[in-house]
Amino acid sequence: MPDALLSSPFFGLTLSAAAWCFGCWVQKKTGLLLCNPLLIAVALILAGLSVFGIPYETYAIGGDFVKLMLGPVTAVLALNIYNQRTILKENFLPVLAGCLAGSLTSVGSILALCRVFHVDQALTASLLPKSVTTAIAMGIAESHGGVAGIAAAAVMVAGLTGAVFAPLFAKRFRITEPVAEGLAIGACSHALGTTRAMEIGQVQGAMSSIAICVCGIMTSILALFL
Amino acid sequence: MNIMAQAAIIFGVCLVSEGVAALIPVAFPASVIALLLLMLLLFTGALKPEHIRELSGFLVANMAFFFLPSCVGVMEHTPAILGQLAPFLLISFLTTPLVYFVTARTVQFLIRRAKGKGAEKRA
Repeated sequence: MPDALLSSPFFGLTLSAAAWCFGCWVQKKTGLLLCNPLLIAVALILAGLSVFGIPYETYAIGGDFVKLMLGPVTAVLALNIYNQRTILKENFLPVLAGCLAGSLTSVGSILALCRVFHVDQALTASLLPKSVTTAIAMGIAESHGGVAGIAAAAVMVAGLTGAVFAPLFAKRFRITEPVAEGLAIGACSHALGTTRAMEIGQVQGAMSSIAICVCGIMTSILALFL
Repeated sequence: MNIMAQAAIIFGVCLVSEGVAALIPVAFPASVIALLLLMLLLFTGALKPEHIRELSGFLVANMAFFFLPSCVGVMEHTPAILGQLAPFLLISFLTTPLVYFVTARTVQFLIRRAKGKGAEKRA
């Protein structure tokens, strides 16, 4: 019987939804920046799987259904961008310049740090695209001799960092322009950071969505020259 | 608009994008092609916001949830990362605020300069 339960997609689906609700509840109760619902839900699921010795593949039977929805979720960000079209038109040049600066900084700083730490070629290639959205990052990593899985992990670390600390960054770096704040979140932490940008404000959310596209395209092009 | 009709439109756009992704010679993710395609449809007026409004609202409002399995999936790759854990974490973590800083300051500078010029013109 337990096997029948575990091999059902509903196991992963139930676990995901329940862990997510728990994460949201903790966030609401504590109000702490670090108590990010996603962070808590991930920790809870990882702990649960390892305590009961359940392999990731078993969770993934249901989890993959949720993962599949990442495509539509990214696509419908188009509506947020469309709703902010006047602001986009007004700031067209800053948007392009900001995303280019962000993409160059990301690729440049990673290359420099990898040199400093004597990181091998495979890891360097896997880290290189870490600021862009998972699907693009995995493609770039593999085409440069990296490991797609490590790239995905680095993308998640960058995304979580942005999602958790975005409000702190804005305060510390004294960023008061909503357009600048949104673009920066999207440029450094892609769609995962955008989830946070969406909570901060409409403009921030839309600008962050734009940065996902523009930085994704720019980084792909930059990677061709490496 | 009917929610299932909205689902048909959004899934349809994703499906077409998979086809486009398979056709173009460089590796480019279907999800970003779908975003661009949907933007194109909205900006040309072929699609009205109300055609996808409710479902888009639901997906975007719960966006972070959909990243949950991908984050959990990272544990699959722990053996590969463990060997170089320190540089991996350090580089992934440190460069994020740096990229934020450069992007935000560049945009903020350009916007303020444009605003300053606008003020001068008006004066």
